[in-house]
Amino acid sequence: MNSTTTGTTAPAIEIHDLHKSFGAVQALDGLDLTVTHGQVAGFLGPNGAGKSTAIRVLLGLLRKDSGQVRLLGGDPWSDAVALHRRLAYVPGDVSLWPNLSGGESIDYLARLRGKVDTKRKDELLERFGLDPTKKTRTYSKGNRQKVALVSAFMSDVDLLVLDEPTSGLDPLMEAVFMEYVREAKDRGTSVLLSSHILSEVEKVCDTVTIIRQGRAVESGTLEELRHLTRSSVTTVVAGDPAALSALPGVHDVATVGTDEGTRVTFDVDNAQIGGVLTALSTLDVRSFTAAPPSLEELFLRHYGEDVSDAAAGSDAGSDDGTHVRPDDRPGKHTRAGSKAGAR
Amino acid sequence: MTATLERTAPAASSAAGRGGSTLTGTGSLVRFILRRDRVRLAVWTGSLVLFYAYFTAALGIMGETEGALQARGALMETPSGIVMGGPGYGVENYTVGAAMANEGTVWVVLALALMSILHVVRHTRAEEESSRSELVRAAPVGRHAPAVAAVATLVLVNAVIAVVSALAMTGVGGAEEMPLVDSLGMTVGSGLSAMVFGAIALVFCQLVEHGRGATGRSVAVFGLAFAIEVAGNLREVPGGSTLSWFSPIAWAQQTRAFVDLRWWPMALSVVAIVVLLVAASMLASRRDFGGGMIATRAGRPDARESLRGPLALAWLQQRTALLWSCLGLGLMWLASGTLIPEIGDMIGDLVVENPAMQAFFGGDTSQLEAAFLGAIMLYGALCAAAYAIVMGLRPKAEETTARAEVVLSAPVSRGRWLGAQLLVAGAGTVVLLAVGVYALWAGAASVGVTEPGLGTYTEVLVSYVPAVLIYLGLTAALFAWIPRATAAGWALLAYTFVIGMFGGLIEDLPEAARWISPFHWVPEPFVADFDAGSFAGLTAVAAGLLVLAFVGFRRRDLQST
Repeated sequence: MNSTTTGTTAPAIEIHDLHKSFGAVQALDGLDLTVTHGQVAGFLGPNGAGKSTAIRVLLGLLRKDSGQVRLLGGDPWSDAVALHRRLAYVPGDVSLWPNLSGGESIDYLARLRGKVDTKRKDELLERFGLDPTKKTRTYSKGNRQKVALVSAFMSDVDLLVLDEPTSGLDPLMEAVFMEYVREAKDRGTSVLLSSHILSEVEKVCDTVTIIRQGRAVESGTLEELRHLTRSSVTTVVAGDPAALSALPGVHDVATVGTDEGTRVTFDVDNAQIGGVLTALSTLDVRSFTAAPPSLEELFLRHYGEDVSDAAAGSDAGSDDGTHVRPDDRPGKHTRAGSKAGAR
Repeated sequence: MTATLERTAPAASSAAGRGGSTLTGTGSLVRFILRRDRVRLAVWTGSLVLFYAYFTAALGIMGETEGALQARGALMETPSGIVMGGPGYGVENYTVGAAMANEGTVWVVLALALMSILHVVRHTRAEEESSRSELVRAAPVGRHAPAVAAVATLVLVNAVIAVVSALAMTGVGGAEEMPLVDSLGMTVGSGLSAMVFGAIALVFCQLVEHGRGATGRSVAVFGLAFAIEVAGNLREVPGGSTLSWFSPIAWAQQTRAFVDLRWWPMALSVVAIVVLLVAASMLASRRDFGGGMIATRAGRPDARESLRGPLALAWLQQRTALLWSCLGLGLMWLASGTLIPEIGDMIGDLVVENPAMQAFFGGDTSQLEAAFLGAIMLYGALCAAAYAIVMGLRPKAEETTARAEVVLSAPVSRGRWLGAQLLVAGAGTVVLLAVGVYALWAGAASVGVTEPGLGTYTEVLVSYVPAVLIYLGLTAALFAWIPRATAAGWALLAYTFVIGMFGGLIEDLPEAARWISPFHWVPEPFVADFDAGSFAGLTAVAAGLLVLAFVGFRRRDLQST
């Protein structure tokens, strides 16, 4: 549907070296992000990393300080209205007009964008299990989010911008949400999905950009990112596994004696996995499992470094906050321990 | 006792001992409120003390001129004097103190009542609505603690204001002229009267689910009390009629401070406050957290065909407030209009009975009638300006709640969105003003008063429209350029009010100080002719501010929490 309106080669979103600050706070510090046409792109980062700021710049709600931003081939600030005809947005914390019902809010938002397809609306309401007659002030966070999701999925657009859209949904509804994202993708719609729920991104995204402190720290397809990281290996061997720890690329070796032999668990850099297999073949392997790295691990590696920094940096005993939100401690970028934070 | 027992016993006993109380945590909440509102409450206190002190000083200067206060006293027996002042105790020997009590009390009560209503709603229903209070109530804090803490801090602030203001009045006016006991009679009486409205607000906070609704209803009750007070005082001068006693404002006026002080009318306020607080507490015990007594009805499953675009939504959001404002203001002004013949009689009697008055005003009493209409008109215009500010702040509420974000990420331009809000707000303001003016005319016409005619009323209406829209323009421009300072619209309204009410009192007021008030540029209603020049000037200012608002809002970042 959109191949006629957008050049098939033009990226849906193109951000280069984007800066945005609020007073002394540097929210975006040279962000790069590209979403190619028809792709589902994950946008990952912890709270306060700058995801919502980047999205608000894309929507023309905030003005960039510097850098290049193109949205569907246009300028998000000056072409805002024209571009918004071709996109739908779901904020993370949806706030609605208290005196309207859910159904009225959905219709209102959909009509701003064009015609309302009542058949599609009824289907979405049923799938998301939303009662449209309730006044929005009686809705829970999840139900308010459903209102925004229904009105977004109702519209036939080129781009969906979803800012932590499932933060209030239960797993069942999350599955329904995933289904509609896939359906949108099949229709050729580009999707930017910001999240800190990694399994969600893993399930549906073609590419992932990880953002931290206002800049992209990793980006690529899931395959490429996995390549950068380690696999978890669990194996039971009859021989002596001591030599394994000495191999290049092997980390965090732990051994436990069992009836069958020694159970060894360790992580290995994907590039070095061949050497490990060679070494293992001499050890009389009884069982072997290797798990690909989950995004969870990718994620923890990026933020985990800061956790260990924080732990190392706080002499007077670290509080829990430093572990949950490492970004709250500015100026701790140096690599200190490599182990503590990873798991 | 073993170490283990020592450790567990206090926990168990505290759970049992404190768990039963619905007031647990009140002390910490009181400290929290005082900490959170320290600037806000200090500004209220400072402004009120300043008001008391300044007008004592101004009246003192006026009193130095022979006969000036006496002439002012005579004016206070006229209808416009009663409408703007009080029941007229002490007019026959009008001292500085008598003038303060007679003319100042109602405005002090107005300011304190607004403070009380806003304070109570802010710390009870508004907190619940924002679900901040959910965090607090999940801590070991009793069900009634937030309300009790709000009332306790209100009593504290009112007490501080009363004592400091009394000291200031006596200090400025001199203990001879203004004894401390009378000063206290006026300030304490006013504070108690105002707290009745705070208690009314607390009752509304239990009944309705929204802070805004509770505030609006409480302010409406104040409007009603004001109308009763004025109507009651007009019927009998001096002293007011029985009717005025139905208004809590009268309970402050009837202390007769500086004339013949009596304390017992304050007891009426105290009794009313206690009864209202008990009622509020009973209602609070029966309702759910976050809920009201009036159940929420189910809404439409889909939107009306007409709900298309920001303009339709702005209308949907503002129409209820507009309807009630029109109804309230219309009825009050209709009633005022029907009073005009009585006003004429009253003025006739005054002039016949009092040769000094005749000498003062001359034989022409029509000016006194016009002055009465002018005073009513000033109130109406101030109400319309307040409505303009309230509605001019709607875009800010939409923005801070992130509802604007949802709409502006749809194909809706900044200009269209803001324009929709301001168009409905501006049109509503004009409609409200027109309803007031024509209700006044209709009231007068219904009792056979044909002069001034409909044409004159229309002229007055037209001349006030741009002045009132300046408040909308200012609020919108501030929203666009300095969103933190949108309250400055209220400051201009308060300033206009003070200049309009008491501007004549301050003799050495520089002319430029009057210029700031938009109403200064409106020709005196029902007296001066329509002035195209001032109309064009005011229109240009209002239009300029609105243009500024659009320019500013298009270029700034949207703010979200």
